[in-house]
Amino acid sequence: MPTSTAATGRRLGLVNMPPMLSGHRRFAERRRFRRTTALAALALIFTSCSYIEIDSPLTTFEPGGPFAEQIDRLFWPVFWIATAMFVIVQGLIFIAMFRFRDRPGAKEPKQVHGNVFLEVTWTVIPTLILAGIAVPTVQSVFDLTECGPDAMEVNVTGHQWWFEYDYPDLGITTANVLVMPAGKEVCAVMTSADVLHNFWIPSLNGKRYLVPGQETLLRLQANEPGEFWGHCAEFCGLSHSLMRARAHALSQADWEAWIVDQQAPATLPAEGTPAARGWEIYQAKCTGCHGVTFTDADGAEQYLGPAVDAFNGPNLTHFASRNVFAGAAWPDGDLTYDQALTEWLANPPAAKPGSYMPNLGLTQSEIDDLKAWLETMK
Amino acid sequence: MTATSTERPATTIFKRPSSHTGIGSWLTTVDHKRIGILYGYSAFFFFIIGGIEALLLRIQLSAPNNEFITAAEYNALFTTHGLTMIFLFVMPVTAAFMNYLLPLMIGARDVAFPRMNALSYWIWLAGAIFTYSVIFFADVAPPLGVEGFPGNLDPSDQTFLGGLPDGGWFLYQPNAGPYFSPGSAIDFGALGLQILGLSSLISSVNFLTTIFNMRAKGMRLLRMPVFVWMTMVVGFLLLFSLPIIAVALFMVTFDRSFGSTFFQAVSGGDPILWQHLFWLFGHPEVYILILPSMGIVSEVLPVFSKKPLFGYAAVVFAGAGIAFLGFGVWAHHMFASGITPVAQAAFGLSTMTIAIPTGIKIFNWVFTMWGGRIRFTTPMLFAIGFVSMFVIGGLSGVTHSVVPSDWQQTDTYYIVAHFHYVLFGGAIFGIFAGLYYWFPKFTGRMMNDKIGKVHFWVQFVGFNLTFAPMHWLGLQGMVRRTWKYAPDNNFGPWNVAVTIGAFTIALAILIFIFNFMYSKRKGAPSGLDPWDARTIEWTIPNPTPEYNFGVAPVVHTLDHFWHMKYTEDAEGRAVRRPDADEVIARLEHEGNNPPTPIHLPNPSYFPLIMASGLPLIGYGIIYHLSAAGKAMIAIGAIITISGLLGWGMEPLEEPHAPQDHEDDHKLEEAHS
Repeated sequence: MPTSTAATGRRLGLVNMPPMLSGHRRFAERRRFRRTTALAALALIFTSCSYIEIDSPLTTFEPGGPFAEQIDRLFWPVFWIATAMFVIVQGLIFIAMFRFRDRPGAKEPKQVHGNVFLEVTWTVIPTLILAGIAVPTVQSVFDLTECGPDAMEVNVTGHQWWFEYDYPDLGITTANVLVMPAGKEVCAVMTSADVLHNFWIPSLNGKRYLVPGQETLLRLQANEPGEFWGHCAEFCGLSHSLMRARAHALSQADWEAWIVDQQAPATLPAEGTPAARGWEIYQAKCTGCHGVTFTDADGAEQYLGPAVDAFNGPNLTHFASRNVFAGAAWPDGDLTYDQALTEWLANPPAAKPGSYMPNLGLTQSEIDDLKAWLETMK
Repeated sequence: MTATSTERPATTIFKRPSSHTGIGSWLTTVDHKRIGILYGYSAFFFFIIGGIEALLLRIQLSAPNNEFITAAEYNALFTTHGLTMIFLFVMPVTAAFMNYLLPLMIGARDVAFPRMNALSYWIWLAGAIFTYSVIFFADVAPPLGVEGFPGNLDPSDQTFLGGLPDGGWFLYQPNAGPYFSPGSAIDFGALGLQILGLSSLISSVNFLTTIFNMRAKGMRLLRMPVFVWMTMVVGFLLLFSLPIIAVALFMVTFDRSFGSTFFQAVSGGDPILWQHLFWLFGHPEVYILILPSMGIVSEVLPVFSKKPLFGYAAVVFAGAGIAFLGFGVWAHHMFASGITPVAQAAFGLSTMTIAIPTGIKIFNWVFTMWGGRIRFTTPMLFAIGFVSMFVIGGLSGVTHSVVPSDWQQTDTYYIVAHFHYVLFGGAIFGIFAGLYYWFPKFTGRMMNDKIGKVHFWVQFVGFNLTFAPMHWLGLQGMVRRTWKYAPDNNFGPWNVAVTIGAFTIALAILIFIFNFMYSKRKGAPSGLDPWDARTIEWTIPNPTPEYNFGVAPVVHTLDHFWHMKYTEDAEGRAVRRPDADEVIARLEHEGNNPPTPIHLPNPSYFPLIMASGLPLIGYGIIYHLSAAGKAMIAIGAIITISGLLGWGMEPLEEPHAPQDHEDDHKLEEAHS
């Protein structure tokens, strides 16, 4: 080993490297090389800049409501102050590196030990800047923490690995998609059924934990109707990466229609259809966790599913009114809704590691029947 | 240490070890330099392990919906990557520098408690092996959940690597509690940290005692090199923060193994309490990781600028100030946790104040270079790299103190970018600066400067390619600790860049390893003063003789060695003394030929024996329900206690070994 490393070193010309080119040519070569490198670097920066134009649906740069806007307004001045400090410090470093590099014949440096004036300057100026930043920071903290008096309360419960939304005043329970009226504040009253989660819709506000046994609040408001993406931001176990969220802000008319729709119980599928077979499978295998409110043959409203406050999965009564399922992780761009749902029902733990929904060993025809039934759950 | 010849016990259980070469000598050594070297090599081994873990994570993230590793493996690897880099690389590698250099920089023969020093290394190694041994014991376990509804795993998730601890290095409860992480993996993590913490606690007591009691004549506190100051500050940080995490980790172990419910909400416990305790340790820990590198850089910049450190006292007190404030900012890790707005505002403000002493340090480093005569050696490049990268990490840190802004940034890749700029761009660049700078001290040879510069540039480019895009990814909403991301998020191309960057860093490390191996054997002999250095560790030959100083140094000024070589002209410019070369030649001669025989502390088996019992107790606690587990606790305790007793009864010298009493007396004098 020792001889081989030494030999390699010699082969690479590390020992007594002979001058490859005459002094002048070598200098010119090196300068050309530097220029090419600089150009390549610039090209790289420009191409990345054009890519920067494409925002992710989770971006924090496109606030869609007053709270996110307030944070955005706070971020940018701080960002530019930080950038200015960065330029000043790196600039000083570059100037020092260039001006005070060791050159043949350079004078020996003066042995300066410090300078009280400078020490005071770079203590006082940052202190003042920080004090300037501190005022709006503290103000915003208080502004954004307490819900407004007219806010509509929605109870948000975190589960491994999906969010449940309960509208106490409307008697609606749903999952994965938080539906809200545009232009109106929603006060999310949040807790967790198991571990810590963290509810985050970047366009509507920052994040807030969901803590088991405790209650936390988060103000949400969208200016315009639209769909906003979210994600659980606290590491919450095996499938944390698949615990995602959506918020749909609706116009007033759509919002009122949605309420009527969601408050209605499901109607049972007609006998003999695939959907009816799916309903049978649901009754046999799914009611331990998934609740459904439906109108029975006598026209009475019935509930089938786990008891209130018991361990539960998403309520399926209006499953098909939501454009995502299984923790809003699907469809995710690789598979269509239908393909993803097939894959999910075929083997939930494979799709979502750790999943509380077990592999029910469904056959392909059973899966098709279940899907047919779920499609009727509008 | 104060036993005199007449009080020596007449008997001893084992003969003291006497070998000076071979494996036996390394296992029983109490020489601070050898212990430092042991720390260094073992830490670097774990640096490579942690790096491989990072590369696996990066391959997984290089494409959306990638299936390269399983979710369990991903969670396990980011957890162990964090644990490894913090507790098994940066902390021990800085301990390596402290061990090797602290006595040399203050003019001492060894640390205050040489056997305790060995003990802390062996406990550290025992803790590291214990933590990683989890891979042979634990399986991937789905959560037990609540009320008898367990989670489910596909058989394809049962993989080897998935069995590593997977709760994050922060072990947030209740996810890392008994219901949601039921396997034994987290127990290994919690008890492993406990053992590693013990090691650091012992080191901190040892270093503090050394600094306060064993400085050379004339080495007043404000004449100590900044690295020694930072060692002292880190010592205090460890001393005050480790007991907190020790208690908190015991609470976790009790929750997990013995049915207590401190943090388990399902039985009325408070998961947020764990976060307070963890970060009350965890934030000072950040400064434990970065301050030693700040010390290293404060040594390197003046040497290669040929100027004293600008504002020495300001740098020292800013370091102490950072440490002090560091205990008052922990809840900025919890701005999103729902703590009251008053608490959020208060911790936001206290976090902002940290920027002030940090800024003082940075400006003083820049002005150390200003007006100097800068030699761009490899250590200098790494030191400048440290300053310039650390600035970025510091400034992104300020954006987190703006609390509402942090609500957007926390738990995203923006944070990952921030702390890697601090801990990689900062701590690790500083560590490499130190390695290149003191390599001659350790080996008597120079690191190859050409390869060193290639290493620097590859690492610098790779580092920025890896971590700069993460700022953007985080602000675009990419959440941390996520195994998969959807194609619709447009994260893909940036993640490809990050992954390429990570492999570039790996290449840089390979270049470093080659340079290290090559230079260790073939590097140019360094002589006594290869860098025209300023501090007294360079007044002795390279590599350091076993006894350190042939003649105990007497210090008259800060940068004592510099003033032996240089004076100033009327303008204040440095002028080399005409007899400087003679001074160096004399030092070399004195160092190699001590005028009087030098007594050194004897090696001992007992530190190793004491340490080796601890992991057995750990296994026993985890498997305490089985008879084998109970037996392990007993065996481990017997080994550790026997080690302790043997240590207590161990005489300073073998009773009948030939003694030089006069010399013994001198030793005591030197240590008093």
